[in-house]
Amino acid sequence: MKVNGFVHPAQRDPRRLLSDHLRHDLGLTGTHVGCEHGVCGCCTVLFDGAPVRSCLMLAVQAEGHEVSTVEGLAVLGAPLHPVQQAFHECHGLQCGFCTPGFVMSVVGLLAQHPNPTREQIEEGISGNLCRCTGYASIRRAVQRASELSQQTPSPLRGEGWGKGR
Amino acid sequence: MKPPPFEYHSPSTVEEACALLGSLEDAKVLAGGQSLVPLLNFRLARPSHLVDINRIPGLDAIYERDGGVAVQALARQAGVEDSELVARVCPLLTAAVRLVAHRVIRNRGTVCGSLAHADPASELPAVLLALGGHVIARSARGDRVIEAGTFFRGVFETALEPDELLVEAWFPASPGPFAILEESRRHGDFALAGVVRAADRLALFGVAPTPVLADPADPARGLRPSGDLEATPEFRLHLVRTLTDRAFAA
Ligand SMILES: Cc1cc2nc3c(=O)[nH]c(=O)nc-3n(C[C@H](O)[C@H](O)[C@H](O)COP(=O)(O)OP(=O)(O)OC[C@H]3O[C@@H](n4cnc5c(N)ncnc54)[C@H](O)[C@@H]3O)c2cc1C
Ligand code: FES
Ligand code: FES
Repeated sequence: MKVNGFVHPAQRDPRRLLSDHLRHDLGLTGTHVGCEHGVCGCCTVLFDGAPVRSCLMLAVQAEGHEVSTVEGLAVLGAPLHPVQQAFHECHGLQCGFCTPGFVMSVVGLLAQHPNPTREQIEEGISGNLCRCTGYASIRRAVQRASELSQQTPSPLRGEGWGKGR
Repeated sequence: MKPPPFEYHSPSTVEEACALLGSLEDAKVLAGGQSLVPLLNFRLARPSHLVDINRIPGLDAIYERDGGVAVQALARQAGVEDSELVARVCPLLTAAVRLVAHRVIRNRGTVCGSLAHADPASELPAVLLALGGHVIARSARGDRVIEAGTFFRGVFETALEPDELLVEAWFPASPGPFAILEESRRHGDFALAGVVRAADRLALFGVAPTPVLADPADPARGLRPSGDLEATPEFRLHLVRTLTDRAFAA
């Protein structure tokens, strides 16, 4: 499976969840794990370009596919991805536990709706839980991310984006 | 490991999948995994075998058939939500699928998986029932058409046999007035109670072990919904009456 552009050897144990594979086998601990039943959203990653819950997939199912995690949005030292930059500017996080999931969901949301309405923003982040911010600053961050994305072409915006699968 | 031990199979054709389902003891189909994997993670389900159908090509079509829309086993809920064909022929299905969970879940979850799972609070089984649609079940023994009215048997229970794969669901067109209304604690949660109107037909969900047809003039007659921490039986009956009034006022 390809993770953030790099090919990794296959996971042989079918019981390994994609979330645990990313964290424990590949050391990509940016993908967080909260509820492990699809409710909190903090394990959200991109699967062939579309956001999915990594706690609800088996690692073997990602074989031959492309997975992007929060670590893949910006290389160390390079400018942040527009969505990360927007969360930073708008204080879209406090403790940060939910943030990787929000960021990946919002990357998916903006691929689907580059200029989201307020309703689309609320719908788009409704599947992610945050215990700290009260969501107002996250809503602002999504708005800002949409502005920033149109100014900065993102490296992750290419083929295969926004296809609902 | 969170899920209990199971043997994993990844057939590449429907025939292969049916052969596996027909020969293996205690096998479960893995489609979108949005209901099954949570059950595995909590060890509430302990199947001996998982038959993952995700690598079967050509099983994700959404197409027009017999004046309605046919949705194959691997068509994701998000694909149905975005389908122009579905919006044109069966806008009730478009409206209903938007109420299922959240977009990120719908990117993986399938329409057929939702029907096969048969959660009593699920929207799509009630839509299939209100419209009078059917599903096609395939096994090594052949194909069988199961009408919505006989498909849903109980809580998480359908007329599918263990060796059958649900290959397609068919939703008749919804040209007349339609509505799907529900009440849930949070956006995207399963409904406490909900109603589906398709012209003059009414189906209810979340208030009985399966979705049920009801009389729009007296929708709560004969219902005995269960109570839980989220809603009392009385509140569920109240919701049924109020939501029905609204669905038919439009
Ligand atoms: C946080 C969250 C919120 C949700 N909210 C809602 C909601 O509001 N309303 C709602 O309706 N659903 C909701 N769901 C469930 C979601 O819609 C699931 O996608 C759906 O119920 C199951 O579809 P699936 O493709 O994921 O099936 P899976 O999880 O793969 O399978 C579910 C069951 O169906 C069987 N099955 C699946 N496909 C087939 C087939 N083709 N043939 C035979 N058997 C099959 C499996 O063996 C399994 O027993 C929610 C899920 C989550 C995680
Ligand atoms: S850990 Fe996956 S949704 Fe909560
Ligand atoms: S910032 Fe703490 S949970 Fe969201």
